[in-house]
Amino acid sequence: MSTRLDHGGRLIDRDRPVTFRFNGKKMPGFAGDTVASALLANDRVMVGRSFKYHRPRGIVAAGPEEPNALLNMGRGPRFEPNQRATTTELFDGLEAESQNHWPSLEYDVGAINQLASRLLPAGFYYKTFIHPRPAWKHVFEPVIRNSAGLGKAPKDGDADRYEHFYWFTDILIVGGGIAGLQAALTAATSGLRVTLIEQTAHWGGRAPVDGAEIDGEWADEWVQGAVQALETMPNVTLRTRLMGAGVYDHGYVLGYERVSDHSPADDQPRHRLWKIRARQVITATGAIERPLSFPGNDLPGVMLASAVRDYAVNFAVSPGQRTVVVTNNDDAYLTALALVDVGQTVPAIVDARPAGGGELAQEVANHGVEVHLGAAIAGVTGRSRVEGVKITAQTGTGTDPTEIACDCVAMSGGWSPVVHLWSHCGGKLTWNAPLAMFQPDPERPPTGADGQGFVTAAGVAAGVPIERAGEGLSNFQTLRSATEAAQSVCVRLGRSVGDAAMPAVREVETAPLAPVWIMPDGADIRLREKMWLDFQNDVKVSDVQLAAQEGFESVEHTKRYTTLGMATDQGKLSNINGLAVLSKALDAEIPQVGTTTFRPPYTPISMAAIAGEARGKTFQPLRRTPMHDWHAANGAHWEPVGHWRRPYCYLHGSETPEQAVAREVRNTRANLGLLDASTLGKIVVKGPDACRFVDMLYTNKMSTLKPGRCRYGLMCSENGFLSDDGVVARIDAQTFLCHTTSGGADRIHAWMEDWLQCEWWDWQVYTANLTEQYAQIAVVGPNARKVLEKLGGSLDVSREALPFMGWAAGRLAGFDARAYRISFSGELSYEISVPAATGAEFWDLLIEAGEEFGAMPYGTEALHVMRAEKGFIMIGDETDGTVIPQDLGLDWAISKKKDDYLGKRAQERSHMTDPERWKLVGLETMDGSVLPDGAYAVGAGTNANGQRNMVGRVTSTYHSPTLDKGIAMGLVLHGSDRMGEVLEFPGTDGKTTRARIVDPVFYDPAGEKQNA
Amino acid sequence: MPEARMAWNGAAFDGLAQVRELPVQGMISLRGDLASAPVQNAATEVTGAAMPGPRGVEGAGDSAIAWMSPDELLILLPHGTVQDALARMDAVLAGEHALALDMSDARAVFEVEGPAAREVLAKLCPVDLDPAVFGPGEMRRTRAAQIAVAFWQSGPHAFRLICFRSVAGYLFDLLKGAAHPAARVGVFDPSA
Repeated sequence: MSTRLDHGGRLIDRDRPVTFRFNGKKMPGFAGDTVASALLANDRVMVGRSFKYHRPRGIVAAGPEEPNALLNMGRGPRFEPNQRATTTELFDGLEAESQNHWPSLEYDVGAINQLASRLLPAGFYYKTFIHPRPAWKHVFEPVIRNSAGLGKAPKDGDADRYEHFYWFTDILIVGGGIAGLQAALTAATSGLRVTLIEQTAHWGGRAPVDGAEIDGEWADEWVQGAVQALETMPNVTLRTRLMGAGVYDHGYVLGYERVSDHSPADDQPRHRLWKIRARQVITATGAIERPLSFPGNDLPGVMLASAVRDYAVNFAVSPGQRTVVVTNNDDAYLTALALVDVGQTVPAIVDARPAGGGELAQEVANHGVEVHLGAAIAGVTGRSRVEGVKITAQTGTGTDPTEIACDCVAMSGGWSPVVHLWSHCGGKLTWNAPLAMFQPDPERPPTGADGQGFVTAAGVAAGVPIERAGEGLSNFQTLRSATEAAQSVCVRLGRSVGDAAMPAVREVETAPLAPVWIMPDGADIRLREKMWLDFQNDVKVSDVQLAAQEGFESVEHTKRYTTLGMATDQGKLSNINGLAVLSKALDAEIPQVGTTTFRPPYTPISMAAIAGEARGKTFQPLRRTPMHDWHAANGAHWEPVGHWRRPYCYLHGSETPEQAVAREVRNTRANLGLLDASTLGKIVVKGPDACRFVDMLYTNKMSTLKPGRCRYGLMCSENGFLSDDGVVARIDAQTFLCHTTSGGADRIHAWMEDWLQCEWWDWQVYTANLTEQYAQIAVVGPNARKVLEKLGGSLDVSREALPFMGWAAGRLAGFDARAYRISFSGELSYEISVPAATGAEFWDLLIEAGEEFGAMPYGTEALHVMRAEKGFIMIGDETDGTVIPQDLGLDWAISKKKDDYLGKRAQERSHMTDPERWKLVGLETMDGSVLPDGAYAVGAGTNANGQRNMVGRVTSTYHSPTLDKGIAMGLVLHGSDRMGEVLEFPGTDGKTTRARIVDPVFYDPAGEKQNA
Repeated sequence: MPEARMAWNGAAFDGLAQVRELPVQGMISLRGDLASAPVQNAATEVTGAAMPGPRGVEGAGDSAIAWMSPDELLILLPHGTVQDALARMDAVLAGEHALALDMSDARAVFEVEGPAAREVLAKLCPVDLDPAVFGPGEMRRTRAAQIAVAFWQSGPHAFRLICFRSVAGYLFDLLKGAAHPAARVGVFDPSA
């Protein structure tokens, strides 16, 4: 019987009762409880089933190392699976459900797997499901997926908010136990910025539970004093419920704050991810107790000894009325004392050490508790919870056991320092043989940019220096280590600290631990098959031994073959025991076998915390032009272009997008079209070397351009591939304005700066990205000049004053404007730029003034159709990073006179001059239909793979409303020499489209319209 | 003359801090050798502010000089005086290799004001906002979540942020979320 005691409970508030539900059943608890302590108080020992065999599973631990008590928590938009009961604070109305069972926790069909456990050994999946191959996808995987797995996936969107927080500190101390507090007290005297974070809601760690005495008072009182002292120091920041999740390069630490998991209704963000830059990190992360591997150690009711006293002291919960303690060290005697203190029965202590323990053991014996020395547990009786244990000799094979009735077993196999944060960024470990644990090697810390260590372990997390191993993990050792760690860190940061006050500690004399990895020592296979290492993933001693026998000698291989330590607890309880068993099976020393890699996060953190603000409206920045609101109010059908939203077309009434595009094209060609071209990149290039610079950037000779004139130009990468295009306007002798594609503005600006800063650093050129300074509107069509002339102003847009490919500045209806007479449609066209803050007003004016001329806005698709009708290429359609300008028939835009330009030498390589390169042509379908985008043309014969040879592909394809037929561009083998030939394009739908090779300029080849 | 419209219509939000968009601010980007006298004179003469050092800002209110990079300054001027200032700067910079451009319309300006303003910014920008580290006279070019921003302290509990005009709505939404009244972090000394 697991019950709430009448008195005590360090962390609970009996004046604040709360109610929660577990598997639908209402249960009482107190504020300050964890879900685990409240379940135990209600005699819920069994809380789930294991992953593979569906064995009953009970609460084992009281902290983040818990492997079993994983619950579905909350409901609807606050539902979350796999939440640890031991680290979830109880609140009124909490709802939790157990996982991995069907139909119910008590009667689970999958539990039949445990009857077949002999048939499900390590590597079972790999061995069994190889053949027949198709069965994996259709039979094995669906069945396994159904039966495996823990929590359910949430179905609703998350109702909570999450955020990030950037924090900078000189010294970050992770862990708010007595070591962390002592380190903070010491470091704070340096005046440096100190941040102390603790993953739970409480300061002090284990010491108060373990009854430590510091400076003559109970550790709990010392802790309160320390916290109060630290709170008054302006250079110290204290934070609870904030876990150090990961340590990364350059002192970067991720902290995971559970802001309102315990108070979900208070509207605070749920989690906050702290992105911390620390100059030095101290890990005071404590240690985790190890289980013992005896037969039946997975039965609900078998718990860590430290957890049993945590529940008794912190929550006034006794997990059993008769608790047998089994141990290989002195520490578990504290549990016996704690239980005796609260009036519970300890029928026996099973100590594997022939000589037993020290001072604590004596104290326990004085209470009349029976102690079995050199003893082991040979089995646990009970089906879904402990009913008794069988006691035998540790050195034997487990025969002739004595049975003792009990309902709880408290086990201690020694302690493992929490070395995770130390290890994340490369800190190395050393094996402390006397204490049987891996601990940080202070000689090999994680190093920063200066080659010096930036992480220092403190307290129990540091282990014990080998020369002092005889002192064990004492409180004195803990505080001394913390003090020294803080002092050395301050010195490393150039501050001296005075002699820190080392508190006085009452020490207890202890006897050495005996490494015990299997209990009893000579257990046969039937017993070893019942010794669990990994409770969540069902890995047993026999599985690891089998892996070793089958040749999996590396600890990393064994981990993956057996799944040891691969569960959501990441082997916090199982790793060391598992590798000790492996080393024994391999007849190697433990340090030779080594550990698996410790990777962040320390315990799972929520995906939403990682996303932070990046969801909903702020998932990604959305870039808007000055006229965005007008577009939205006038039927814009949006298209994403980079982070911009541009109207693809404007829908009138019940139009389809296709109908709208056709209308916009026809109207622009017949009357007047307006395009928001503000997204086009606009980069100013200025300086005495500006001519030289643009001549290198562009394939053509830009330096000969006269002020007041514009020229189309191409930019290539140094490998010769076409990268961007646009119109360049010469502003004055030393200044050019380079237009880029919408998506290319930032990239091309960075490209320019790259060359100027890294290669041509002595050239006198400055660039500036003016893209956002101007709203730009293309005024296109036969009536373009009329509407601009109607606006009036100093800007003369007449044919004589502003011929094709000229530009001019002046005023249009009171707006500061520049007009570029350039055309991407083949029509008479002006691109007008005005300051962005006046762009919306100017657009309104044009719409209004243009009404009598048939003005209609058009979107990006009409722009694409019209440029295709003119045979103009589009970066990203005709180019894909493998296309050079020569492929596109753009030889006219490549200067033969220049010594060099970016890409020139590359374009002279043999593959680039190969006449077999596919060349741009126009394609006209024989039946007027539209060619599928990206379709390939097939030729005669087959290739080495038996596929039909391909001789070309479609790069752009549209229905031309102007010509009322399908037009396309494509790259075709010997394309320009094959005018009039008909190609076959098999589609993915089985139909073949036939198209004739034609000139890519379908519309107004003489250019009479644009020159009008 | 057409009116210069704000990018986000002067949006405002009152939470942990007051967030509001400010009217279009006159801005000139000046690139040049910051050690040269003409470049320094061009900047200081039109603003009346002193020349800032690296990561610094000098001046007050609408007239200031902010250091943007080793060869770039941001000149802040009252809106409407920019064209005149550019003409004066061109005269001072005659013969000097430099680039001065009107950037007033390229950016939006927000103010975040209140005792919790620092922590609102620290939720979005990887900047050390400890009052002892970041105080008046400091200028940071950084990012707010996924966009480029720059900011400086404009008053006892006030900061001005600039971003590109096209993402003003995104920045406003970010600041609004970070300034949610129930999202106090409470780590900076509110009196600083």
